[in-house]
Amino acid sequence: MSIVNRVATALIAPLVAVVAAMVITSVVITVVGDSALEFWQIVLSAPADRAYVNIVNQATMIFLSALAAAIGFRMNLFNIGVEGQYTIAAYSAALFAGAAFLPGLLNVAVALLLAMAVGAFWAGIAGVLRVTRGVSEVISTIMLNAIGLTLVGYLLNTYGQQTGNARRTPVIEVESRLPGWTPFLERDGAVFNLVILAVLAGVGYSLLLNRTRFGFDLRATGFSESAATASGVNVRKMVVISMLLSGAIAGLVWMPALFGQAHSFGTSFQVGLGFIGIAVALLGRNRPLGIMFGALLFAFLNEQSNRLTLETDISQDIVQITQGVIVLAIVVAYEVVRRYRVAAERRNVSSRPEGDAKTPEESVPV
Amino acid sequence: MSLRTPERSGQGSAARALNILPLWLLIVVGALLAVSAVRVLTGTPEMNSRGTLSAAILATCPILMAAIGGLWSERAGVVNIGLEGQMILGTWGAAYFTYYYGPWVGILGAALLGAVGGALHALATVTFGVDHIVSGVAVNIIGLGGAKFLASAYFENLDGGGANQLTGLDSPTRFTVPGVSDVASDIAARGWFVISDLAAVVAALTTNMSLMTIAVFALVAATAWVLWKTPFGLRLRSCGENPQAAESLGVNVIRYKWIAVVTSGAFAGIGGGFLALVASSGFVNGQTGGRGFIGLAAMIFGNWRPGGILTGAFLFGYTDSLPLVQNSEQTVHALLLLLAAGLIGLALWNLRKGLKVSAAVLGAAGAGFLLLFLVTDRVPRDFTSMTPYVATLLVLAFASQRLRMPAADGQIYRKGSAG
Repeated sequence: MSIVNRVATALIAPLVAVVAAMVITSVVITVVGDSALEFWQIVLSAPADRAYVNIVNQATMIFLSALAAAIGFRMNLFNIGVEGQYTIAAYSAALFAGAAFLPGLLNVAVALLLAMAVGAFWAGIAGVLRVTRGVSEVISTIMLNAIGLTLVGYLLNTYGQQTGNARRTPVIEVESRLPGWTPFLERDGAVFNLVILAVLAGVGYSLLLNRTRFGFDLRATGFSESAATASGVNVRKMVVISMLLSGAIAGLVWMPALFGQAHSFGTSFQVGLGFIGIAVALLGRNRPLGIMFGALLFAFLNEQSNRLTLETDISQDIVQITQGVIVLAIVVAYEVVRRYRVAAERRNVSSRPEGDAKTPEESVPV
Repeated sequence: MSLRTPERSGQGSAARALNILPLWLLIVVGALLAVSAVRVLTGTPEMNSRGTLSAAILATCPILMAAIGGLWSERAGVVNIGLEGQMILGTWGAAYFTYYYGPWVGILGAALLGAVGGALHALATVTFGVDHIVSGVAVNIIGLGGAKFLASAYFENLDGGGANQLTGLDSPTRFTVPGVSDVASDIAARGWFVISDLAAVVAALTTNMSLMTIAVFALVAATAWVLWKTPFGLRLRSCGENPQAAESLGVNVIRYKWIAVVTSGAFAGIGGGFLALVASSGFVNGQTGGRGFIGLAAMIFGNWRPGGILTGAFLFGYTDSLPLVQNSEQTVHALLLLLAAGLIGLALWNLRKGLKVSAAVLGAAGAGFLLLFLVTDRVPRDFTSMTPYVATLLVLAFASQRLRMPAADGQIYRKGSAG
């Protein structure tokens, strides 16, 4: 298959998915009696300065969450538990940072490490259960999500500080806060300093997977567990390590907002990033660049949908339908394209006269 | 009950009877004795009073429906973690159709909306061969967003409606069996050992009982019959065990999987409908609160079998309803003693069978709970709501050798792959 052909088939899937999602969203809006045109006019209009800042901030956290899910996906491990992992990690880090045992930025650094450790621990339970007791990580992470969320709720309600009618962890001291960068005016908000975490994690992920023995083993295990075992990979060890890594990144998800905006764990905590992350990981095919675009797209949709409530009768929840359909459509599209490629390859091979010398690169799909 | 020829067995009749009696009956009787003893010892009548049991049955039904939905799908080899999303769609469907056409059409509407969610999952997994977990996650996202969106689009201008809710809906008919209910409630309130406990069960089943609850249990029985006693069920299950073999025998695997997954969604939807119409009096956003996942847990806990699912769903439903019970923190505390007794009993059982390691682990856990019971005087509410999840994790961790899911569960099947 020629290069052009391959690039075309690689891009066609996301394109088809986005178009399908747009069509279905429009149909749903029209069916309930609202104007689809109005919806797209608002969603696709240029964001305000303030919205740009929010989109970057949100995309950062979605990116981290998606990256956490992606590590597992690359070796066929379904870490559905990012939601629980980042919640419990965020609570622990907020508690630690709020207690101010350490001064200034050292406090931030140690809190980040703690968040990673807690996230890794919570994910590690699922990893260990899988290799020692054969428990499916899908089920155990779903259970651990519920346990983690309830546990944090209990701890917050029992030991949190009362403020109004809600509770929160102690507020982080001023010198341990990260003010962020203000690209526009002061009132338009600041881009979190910890956006840098997403950049580091993305680059690290890419290097780890593509440039190290570990990454090779991980991908090999994802392609074929038996082949990996045959080539000397300790699959059990790989499962535990990749769950730990996945959990560690999950632990970082809410850190940018904690140190940049919220300064405590309470009502301002953002739930649901874990599930969005899974969707975005799928959207981006578990590749850092793809995930980045996916995260920006989802953050963009979320941010623009806020305007729907102010300017129209359309509920902003429609965006969730759009996002769900994008995910479903993209995995379907990839599958269809994959089947098409395999079929094309077969045709190609069978139609070729025997003894026709072609280089192997041309006949083996990658 | 099969007490055969007790006269001929002479002296060893008691021991013989114990061997002949089915194991489950022994367990039921043992559990009843233990519950009764703990109730009397700790002085917490709320533990299994009529009100508590009624609440437990109400909480069981949605979980049960979700779990049976999961059973349909997974028996045909499709993992359905989209149950939660399908259930949420069901809550909306129930509210919408009940508002215009009454509660029974409402239940059908719940099934319809759930089935739409199921069809989405079937389209992705069965027709297009997408990974089951991936599709399930997407179905959950769409279900949650879809119900919220539809609610704000349709309920805002209705009586009792709002952007997030529709309350004051009619409920399916409730009934009380005259006479039996009063007598049983009276005996249940006396606090007699064992007798009152049995009477509480009777009272709960005869007082202010919804016809829908009976329908739910009938659906469970129907599922068990269809899946295990009919040729259709055999073929459906064969798609979950070995689809290639099924195909080679002429079974249209794709069609069976479609039927199973759509039915699965419909059951989850009914569970959502029950939640909106019977367990509460209307639709509220986010009403399911993870019960679809608890249903999934109940299905695994029940080892992909209807009887086991019934047990699992009741255990989880009971714990789900406990926070609503009067005096709940003391009641749950009393249950610690029951749990400790149960674990120690299991430990002794394992010891008798020569399984020393598991006996030691169970015994230690039992002793731990006993200690917890003795040193504390209440259990915080949050820990009660964690119970189903922790129980499932423990069952998976310690009894996974005894669990057997359908052999081809979660595998992607393509037509013609039998070769």
